Amino acid sequence: MRELLDLFWTFARVGGLTFGGGYAMLPILQREMVEKRQWVSDEELMDYYAIGQCTPGIIAVNTATFVGQKRKGIVGGIVATLGVVFPSLVIITIIAAFIQNFADLAVVKNAFAGIRVCVCVLILNAVIKLLKSSVIDKATLVIYVVVAVGSILTSLSPIVFVLLAAVAGILLQNWKGAVSK
Amino acid sequence: MIYLRLFYEFFKAGLFSIGGGLATLPFLYDISDTTGWFTHGQLADMLAISESTPGPIGINMATYVGFTTGGIPGAVIATVGIITPSIIVILLIAKFLQAFRDNKYVKGAFYGLRPASTGLITAAGFSVVMISLVQLDLFRASGSILDLLNWKGLLLAAVIFVSTRLFKKLHPAVFIGASAVAGILFKFAGV
Repeated sequence: MRELLDLFWTFARVGGLTFGGGYAMLPILQREMVEKRQWVSDEELMDYYAIGQCTPGIIAVNTATFVGQKRKGIVGGIVATLGVVFPSLVIITIIAAFIQNFADLAVVKNAFAGIRVCVCVLILNAVIKLLKSSVIDKATLVIYVVVAVGSILTSLSPIVFVLLAAVAGILLQNWKGAVSK
Repeated sequence: MIYLRLFYEFFKAGLFSIGGGLATLPFLYDISDTTGWFTHGQLADMLAISESTPGPIGINMATYVGFTTGGIPGAVIATVGIITPSIIVILLIAKFLQAFRDNKYVKGAFYGLRPASTGLITAAGFSVVMISLVQLDLFRASGSILDLLNWKGLLLAAVIFVSTRLFKKLHPAVFIGASAVAGILFKFAGV
């Protein structure tokens, strides 16, 4: 029980200290999990991270489930994950409750109109970064363009694009493998 | 009933969004389109707040959308919904770690999934551009091509873009805060 509580609080701290998730979390995880507690090795953490990035769901959550599972099995996986999302639940609920009350003020409206412009740029920056690691040849460029344009022009669910892209990836990789042999 | 639907929608988002961070965004737009629980504009505001508060963006977004839709129970249910697929999938993978990484079908699938995920995020970004930088209504009303684009917004976007390139170490919250100030000073919402 004590160990489970420890898992919960350690991950709650990681969740509360991380801004933005994803890569921002890695240094904090390294300090808490590898250096301070020796729960996992550096290599294990990198493996979890790599897998967390390419499996469904949020990277921070996936990594927490992995580390928790290694410490205390299935229950540990669940407890660590609940820990990592706990600060978000508390902080965001408080902020959301506040903003709903002030949403009609002119000053709030103007502020958010400015913020939306900033959101455009932040998404653009994220896309530029992602393009470098995901669009690596002509085939991936085609997938990128087809999905981006398709998703803008149609109202198809993103799920359709995700499933089609996975199938296309498997077919393309196997075809390339056959050619290089 | 709305809670069941919330859980289902966020479970789907958790199951199909790959790559973390903004990968959940396209699914939230989809939820907005199919349920009408919140507008695209509200979603952009939630994203800005999620980026400037602690915690993984996807979780913050789920909590925020859940709260807006169904109060505190909604926040908890949406968050549990988005993490449930992760817990199930990761617990399964943890059992077959090595075999999973070296499987050629898994590798092939991710080869296709990564650019698709980037494409979906691009499309989500496009819809934020449409609500913040393009003024279709104004253009239709006046017929003047100059009214099509929000020039104040474009100028701010250019300034932020250059600043994010110059000061890569600065936290996004800094740029979000500065844009809020610019929005207030130059009356971006026109009120």
